[in-house]
Amino acid sequence: MEYLNIIFQEVYKILFLLVPVLVSVAMIVWLDRRVWAFVQKRQGPNVVGPFGLLQSLADALKYIFKEIIIPASSNKVIFILAPIITMTLALIAWAVIPFSENQVLANINVGILYIFAVSSLGVYGIIMGGWASNSKYPFLGSIRSAAQMVSYEVSIGIIIINVLLCVGSLNLNDIVIAQQNMWFIIPLFPMFVIFFISALAETNRPPFDLPEAEAELVAGYQTEYSGMMYAMFWLGEYANILLMCALGSILFLGGWLSPIDLYPFNLIPGAFWLILKILLLFFLFALVKAIVPRYRYDQLMRLGWKIFLPLSLTYVVLTASYLFYFNLLPKI
Amino acid sequence: MKITRFLKTIFMTDFVGGLFIAIKELFKTKKTINYPFEKGKISPRYRGEHALRRYPNGEERCIACKLCEAVCPAQAITIESAQRSDGSRKTTRYDIDMMKCIYCGLCEESCPVDAIVQGPNFEFSTETREELYYTKDKLLDNGDRWENILAANIKTDNPYR
Repeated sequence: MEYLNIIFQEVYKILFLLVPVLVSVAMIVWLDRRVWAFVQKRQGPNVVGPFGLLQSLADALKYIFKEIIIPASSNKVIFILAPIITMTLALIAWAVIPFSENQVLANINVGILYIFAVSSLGVYGIIMGGWASNSKYPFLGSIRSAAQMVSYEVSIGIIIINVLLCVGSLNLNDIVIAQQNMWFIIPLFPMFVIFFISALAETNRPPFDLPEAEAELVAGYQTEYSGMMYAMFWLGEYANILLMCALGSILFLGGWLSPIDLYPFNLIPGAFWLILKILLLFFLFALVKAIVPRYRYDQLMRLGWKIFLPLSLTYVVLTASYLFYFNLLPKI
Repeated sequence: MKITRFLKTIFMTDFVGGLFIAIKELFKTKKTINYPFEKGKISPRYRGEHALRRYPNGEERCIACKLCEAVCPAQAITIESAQRSDGSRKTTRYDIDMMKCIYCGLCEESCPVDAIVQGPNFEFSTETREELYYTKDKLLDNGDRWENILAANIKTDNPYR
């Protein structure tokens, strides 16, 4: 009986995190399309619900009732598994995101490593989807996507090292608390810019949306997918984007800390500030989508390996020497 | 030159400028409209659905001169005429095949009595082809329905003709 109780409690906690994340993914898709449309002076989705807020719900309903087509020559098990893996991995990473000092599902000591590992695993969903489709466009798309995500993960990893040098802990809550006096965006501003651009590449957003470059690859690894399976890829993608925004706000924008450490602002719960920061970052994501042209593949690789990697490595050396010279290294 | 270019790349001036332009555009009025609920402005010369007009006393304007039939480049108009009991010549048949029509407006130009006109209505799509063979009754009905706007449009456009 007690055992069941514990399970129910945990499930309740998980649902309490998962449902808001899924709802906000739906909302964020609407926001994305709306911002995109507004920059181009269009109206965007504005019919379903007030301001079109329920557009994603209508889309989801459409996806649910669509037929799922499985290509005859595909590897069926992997074909079905791929979107499930993508979405699951995008969602489980949320377990370690702290919404305030105590509001975190799993306050593990290697939180940042966990997120990094899970987001790296995300490549598998895409590779499996592209390979199992047994079709040329999905295959090319998934190869491109895999190479791109692996390349940019390297620079993201090194950027994270920069932050960790200043914190001295892998725990996400410690990272947030270390920014109490100064958000890391101030000393590590170049790293924030590189992180932002790498996050765009990591989540296959424009200008790095080569895996699904419509003009060349139809829809990349999603080409053969339909109905709910396509929707799961799509959900996973946006959950990943949200996760990257959350990671960016935790690493550089002080997570759940209030921007002004004064009386009335201190009372507002940390979750509010974190959500505000995530929204701000996502707004930037959406704006970038509206203004940039797509990169060529060699340009993408050049940017990742020849510019971002040396730059972030140099910055690691700079940060480390600065901290060491002025004896500011965090005590562990 | 090379140094300025390098600095431009490093500080991403083009990108940041683009971002600010995007933010500026964000608050401008939108160019698109909610079509079925709002409609764009239409010129008085707009060449939409055809209509046969009447005089205010209810008499048909058309005198069956067949100029429109002759001028129609798509040969979409078919007219048959006969003498009415009071001695005036009137059409017994006035058909327009709206699928042949190219909406050039020549019928309207050629008409000496402003009988056949093209109104502002552009929403007359149908689900069958048969419905687009407009007969005299349909055209006269259109004329009755749109008369106010048609008359106003002709009046507005008159100084430029």
